Amino acid sequence: MKYFIRKLSSLILTLLLVSIFLFISFQVIPGDSAAASLGTSATKETVEALREELGLNRNVFVRYFSWLGNALCGDFGISAQYNMPVSLLLKERMPVTLWLAVLSIALIIIISIPLGIQSAKKEGGVSDRVITFLTHTAMAVPPFFLGIIITLVFGLILKWFIPGRYISYSENPGQFLGYMIFPAIAIAIPKTAMTIKFLRSSVIRQLKLDYVRTARSKGNQENVILYRHVLKNAFIPVITFIAMVIADVLAGSIIIEQLFSLPGMGRMLVTAISNRDFSVVQAIVIYIAAVVVVINFLVDIIYRCIDPRVRV
Amino acid sequence: MNTEKIHYNINFIAGLIIISLVLFFVTAGIFYTPYDPNEMNGAIKNMTPDFAHPFGTDNFGRDILSRVMSGAGTTFIVALSTVAIGAVMGTLIGAVTGYYGGFIDEILMRVNDGLTSFPSILLALVFVSIIGPGKYNVILALGIIFIPSFARVVRSEYITLKQMDFVKNAKLMGAGDFRIMFVHILPNTKLILLSSVTIGFNNAVLAEAGMSYLQLGVQPPDASLGRMLSEAQAYLFNAPWCALAPGLMIVLTVLGFSLLNER
Repeated sequence: MKYFIRKLSSLILTLLLVSIFLFISFQVIPGDSAAASLGTSATKETVEALREELGLNRNVFVRYFSWLGNALCGDFGISAQYNMPVSLLLKERMPVTLWLAVLSIALIIIISIPLGIQSAKKEGGVSDRVITFLTHTAMAVPPFFLGIIITLVFGLILKWFIPGRYISYSENPGQFLGYMIFPAIAIAIPKTAMTIKFLRSSVIRQLKLDYVRTARSKGNQENVILYRHVLKNAFIPVITFIAMVIADVLAGSIIIEQLFSLPGMGRMLVTAISNRDFSVVQAIVIYIAAVVVVINFLVDIIYRCIDPRVRV
Repeated sequence: MNTEKIHYNINFIAGLIIISLVLFFVTAGIFYTPYDPNEMNGAIKNMTPDFAHPFGTDNFGRDILSRVMSGAGTTFIVALSTVAIGAVMGTLIGAVTGYYGGFIDEILMRVNDGLTSFPSILLALVFVSIIGPGKYNVILALGIIFIPSFARVVRSEYITLKQMDFVKNAKLMGAGDFRIMFVHILPNTKLILLSSVTIGFNNAVLAEAGMSYLQLGVQPPDASLGRMLSEAQAYLFNAPWCALAPGLMIVLTVLGFSLLNER
């Protein structure tokens, strides 16, 4: 329980620090959202009036705390570019990004676990060599190049999907999944390769330990040793690794959403950055930061439950 | 044991060959490109690869080979500068915090943990949204983002090495802290630094390409591999070679360095 409280307080502290850092750094830049939303033709008086209205004239600390208070209630201000509440914009786009992340992670787990185990089981064998070579190559391919290849092969040549024509879930769930699976594959392949490599070395490390020799000398079959004893231990570091992968998948979707024209949060972030729409940028970064921090927190807790030796 | 050694050698040699080719290609591109990479020629739009243009031409009639050569040069310069900033600053911070420990170490490591848990492209985007896009801003943003990973590696090395006998010896002989840190301990970290530098270089190449793909990195008229990919995407069906050449260049670079690093 003490451990839980300590981790929880460090989670809240990290998030507060991130929000303070973000808020202050967006204060440093010349030109605020008042000037940005009125454009270059605005007179000094109208900008001043809007600044007054938006409360930009107040002290930084006052503004930070009012922003934080509103953010905690789910209000992230008004987007200068869409003239809409940021929270509403986020609500529209979040499901797309979440679906993409869930599909990618499902793919990563489904592919990497059997391949990683197979590779470690026959270390140095033909299948291991082939898998190792493939993982090396796959890790070197940036997701956006993979996305372009997938668009070319499956979209333009085989015509399995129409590039750029996103179909929302409410329109047609089947076609939605049929479209989303391609960006998910583009995100998943490099990360799958990394997970395979990580799982392989984790299993191999376990196979060399004394308890495996003991289990063998007791007459257990290799498969029993592997599936009943080794995997339990080998998966522990893999869980941390997959938590890192989740953060990377969220970040990777920034580029992939652009490539497949998915109306998700990543795409909104990129357009918000180009249009200097800072309330949107702030909200999305805070959101991703929160997801990353919460996942790390959950992993710490899970870790503690499955491996009582952890006493950090 | 024996097979492992051969395996390692094959990886290493393959990596070496790939990297030599890539480096030759990039260095050659600094001094000579077959055509001007930015010269447009409406008469030869979207030409398939042939003798005059081995990688074809793009939608503006620009020679893809020349553009890949100069674009890879830009990407390499950005990646090298990024790694240089990260490695130098990271080594300094890692050395000081690892050697002295204490309160500053505790604070800096918490900041480090916080930073490294976030995906680097997200941090880079935040930086770029603050300081604006462009080649030098990307170098600055990525450089700062790469500091923590180097600092962490160097710090843990210093923590182990500072308890070694040769450090005690040097102290007895009256060497100052600064001399011990950088003359005695630093050379012992070179192997681990080397592998961090290659990993860092790969990450920097991927990050730069990603930023330029989003059009928030290197700006025209500079060619950049990521930018070429994003421009090629619009003409993917008519001229797929425009995307394949820069993409394969990135893949070969990253693959080469990661094979070199394999042990």
